Amino acid sequence: MPYISNTDKDRKEMLEAIGVKNFKELLKEIPEEFLFKGRLGLGHGQSELEITKQMKCLAGKNKNTSDITSYLGAGSYDHYIPSIVPYLISRPEFQTAYTPYQAEISQGTLQSIYEYQSLVCNLTGMDISNASMYDGATSMAEAAILACRSTRKNKILISSTVNPGWINVVKTFTQSMKYEIITADVTDGAAAVDNFKKAIDDDTACIIVQNPNFFGNLEDYQGVADLIHGKKGLFIIAIDPISIGLFKKPSEYGADIVVAEGQALGLPQAFGGPYLGIFASTKQFMRKIPGRVVGVTQDVDGKRGFVLTLQTREQHIRRDKATSNICSNQALCALAAGIYLNTMGEEGLKEVAENCYWRSHYLASRIKEVEGLELKYDKPFFKEFVVRSKYCVDKIMEKMLEHDIFAGIPLKRFGMAKDEFLVTVTEKRSREEMDKYIETLKSIVKGF
Amino acid sequence: MDFPKDLLFTEDHEYARIVDGVATIGVSEYAQEQLGDITYLELPQVGDKISKGDSLGVIEAVKAASDIYSPVSGEIIEINSDLESNPELVNQDCYGKGWIVKLRLSDSSEASSLMNADAYKAHVE
Repeated sequence: MPYISNTDKDRKEMLEAIGVKNFKELLKEIPEEFLFKGRLGLGHGQSELEITKQMKCLAGKNKNTSDITSYLGAGSYDHYIPSIVPYLISRPEFQTAYTPYQAEISQGTLQSIYEYQSLVCNLTGMDISNASMYDGATSMAEAAILACRSTRKNKILISSTVNPGWINVVKTFTQSMKYEIITADVTDGAAAVDNFKKAIDDDTACIIVQNPNFFGNLEDYQGVADLIHGKKGLFIIAIDPISIGLFKKPSEYGADIVVAEGQALGLPQAFGGPYLGIFASTKQFMRKIPGRVVGVTQDVDGKRGFVLTLQTREQHIRRDKATSNICSNQALCALAAGIYLNTMGEEGLKEVAENCYWRSHYLASRIKEVEGLELKYDKPFFKEFVVRSKYCVDKIMEKMLEHDIFAGIPLKRFGMAKDEFLVTVTEKRSREEMDKYIETLKSIVKGF
Repeated sequence: MDFPKDLLFTEDHEYARIVDGVATIGVSEYAQEQLGDITYLELPQVGDKISKGDSLGVIEAVKAASDIYSPVSGEIIEINSDLESNPELVNQDCYGKGWIVKLRLSDSSEASSLMNADAYKAHVE
């Protein structure tokens, strides 16, 4: 197929319809000095075979987790994906499906979304889940907006231990709104109620936290829900869904809204997307939550059926007063998460979480064997931890990559300390791999 | 269709029953009939100050959601909390148990801009 399908004849007809003689005349409104002259440096046309070869060559320059042992995390995780997940979601019925407005022909898609929502409710302990959002960060931004709208207050209080990329997304989403984002500075690596007492006031619409937090540490929210509810604000908790296999559900901390990045549930890291935004709340906010919701009902013959429900919140009915302008969801990613959770089950998820926990603690316990490296925090953590280095962090990363190891993420990239990096260990990392990590580090620092 | 004589109406089909400077506000029988089965009402909070023509809240039916515009200006002094669990009261008894909010008028002269029952009847027909 040609890349540009209009022929000389097509072009002539179009120009005639517009009423100009040639293409140049079409551009006559643009001053001569702004027009590009000469040829674009695009090279000559290439055949499909040539393009495929070139693309393969370019793609080969990317390093990925199937060739390199990865200790990267910070929101995107190298968890194992059972083969049933990609197998099932690649069925054409799912891959080509779009918005299931017409319930009569979309029962399968709707049922899969309904099951995803039910699983999210089980996982988070919340009453209602939407059909998903773009990613964890946008879910967090929508949660903050919901809190401001429903409390009619304008201050968003967010812990400095939340993923800085997510905080930036909250800022971007709310930049045209009259909301103020206040960061509660946490200096010891884990937020607790005292961090919010000073910063909270009567205008605070919500407190936003993340557990485990950006540094991997677990946070204890005793008293936070009471504090924010005392000011008639909402408590928003971001979670790592895998951690629920081992730790308290956010509902037990009194969360009003729970958000999460769902990538860990059966989705590949895929250089950053598509991912899955999990969004769940208490029943109280049922009519205020953004996005789509699928409900179960009965048809005229009393048979069970699935439909999009509570649509009056959405912009095709409420127009400018819609609760959110998000009118899409990540159905295929949600389906993957649903299949993942069903495949793992409660026991499986617990095993994954336990493996992350014990393996990461094994690696962390051996970091001190490497001269010049130490753990930054002495706090309970789940699968990620911060390492402080007396050597140049970028140098370490570079040298480790020569040994096919993604050793961690320099925190400097997030505008944080230059001498620290974040290490993640999932259930995929074997003891041998971790021993190699330590031994390689040891030999590298010897050379410094 | 019923057009009670003690009520004043807006072109958008809200009504106000004004007694001693307090307006009881709801939607007309015509409005509830047009909307169909009402499933939910989003109401303001007691203490909210509302100007004439502002949205008081939202009335949600099976296939549509409409704003409720205030016929007069003033402060909300009571909301009909029965509607939370029984929104169908608006369908069943819009002028009685299906009232929506009570509002203390800040400018009683505004009442003269509303239609009386006969004028509203003519407007609807």
